[in-house]
Amino acid sequence: MSARTLTIDGKQISAEKGASVLQAATEAGIKIPTLCHLEGVYDVGACRLCLVEVKGINKLLPACTTRVAEGIEVTTNSERLNKYRRMTLELLFAERNHVCAVCVANGHCELQSLAYGLGLDHVRYDYIFPRWEVDDTHRLFGMDHNRCILCTRCVRSCWHIEGAGTKNVAGRGAKSKIITDLNQKWGDSESCTECGKCVMSCPTGALFKKGSAVGESERDRTKLEFIVNAREKKQWNA
Amino acid sequence: MERLKIATVWLGGCAGCHMSFLDLDEFLIELAGKVDVVYSPIADVKEFPEGVDVCLIEGAVCNVDNLELLHKIRARSKVLVSFGDCAVTGNVPAMRNQFGIDNADNVLQRAYVDNAQFNPVKPTTDGIVPALLEKVQPVHEVVHVEFYLPGCPPPADRIKALMVQVLEGKTPKLEGAQLKFG
Repeated sequence: MSARTLTIDGKQISAEKGASVLQAATEAGIKIPTLCHLEGVYDVGACRLCLVEVKGINKLLPACTTRVAEGIEVTTNSERLNKYRRMTLELLFAERNHVCAVCVANGHCELQSLAYGLGLDHVRYDYIFPRWEVDDTHRLFGMDHNRCILCTRCVRSCWHIEGAGTKNVAGRGAKSKIITDLNQKWGDSESCTECGKCVMSCPTGALFKKGSAVGESERDRTKLEFIVNAREKKQWNA
Repeated sequence: MERLKIATVWLGGCAGCHMSFLDLDEFLIELAGKVDVVYSPIADVKEFPEGVDVCLIEGAVCNVDNLELLHKIRARSKVLVSFGDCAVTGNVPAMRNQFGIDNADNVLQRAYVDNAQFNPVKPTTDGIVPALLEKVQPVHEVVHVEFYLPGCPPPADRIKALMVQVLEGKTPKLEGAQLKFG
């Protein structure tokens, strides 16, 4: 493999030909904020959080889908970039119903932590408050479209790690939606292997394991009953 | 130095932010030494006064009373702080917006008629229950807001961090763990 030499934030680094700017930066210890990027699946440049400046190019380019090239000068942190990153996050918050206070991912959410990292203390755009449903038909998992940012991490891990191809994207623009099979209820899916990789991939509370939301905790007292039974009735009913 | 005039108001919210405010413990005594609380749900004042320096606003703008009071607050205060997630984002009260433009009527139908065991009737008598607005809004979508204090509720130390900076006349900045929704 031939190497390419480039500059990121004034630092001279070399990276393999074909590597993304994001990979090169990460290897050099330079952190670029990401949201749709997920280790192990290919990048799609969906979220625009990793936008960087490349000298001589007017457009901002996503670091995850831009390949390294000889001699390019990349800036990953500037007032202009942070302005657009914050704007992107605000639009994500305004586009669906991310009610943090009642979310299963509150405190463990990548959208939240990126927002705080950029000092987002309110959203300047009017909230849309769209109507989205929750698909809770699956035995083990649920999908809350209110909290989906359409990063497609779940789709990519379903197709390219699990190889099941259950998750897909339907529709266009803000009305796009993650679907199961041919837009069926998740509980009716014949292709879903119930592996849970989509849930693991999700950066927000859109995909979740059942049993963790408010009021869902079902008491399993079998262990307790086993010991009490053994103690009081001298019966060991495993 | 002239004592600052502080107000706190409770619009469409659960009062959790005010509970958190009371959770400031000893700092409340320090605060009482520096400021006059001229209007608050925990002070018996009927009319929002003129010349307020800083007003903390809990809750989203949900009904006609909230709206009227908020415009009065803006006209009579120098600095407004959106206090907690309902004020900052609309939060839980704004979830009814998802049910479209008829949501106010549907919400009342659901609460007072569909789920009522006795005397199912929508509260429409004038002057008793304020009419719901068509759409619940965060405070800054209605009037200009200077500063934001997110959290559901914001923990007491976050309120203190902001208050200390505001009282010193600085532009408050919340960072790291002090900046969080939910």
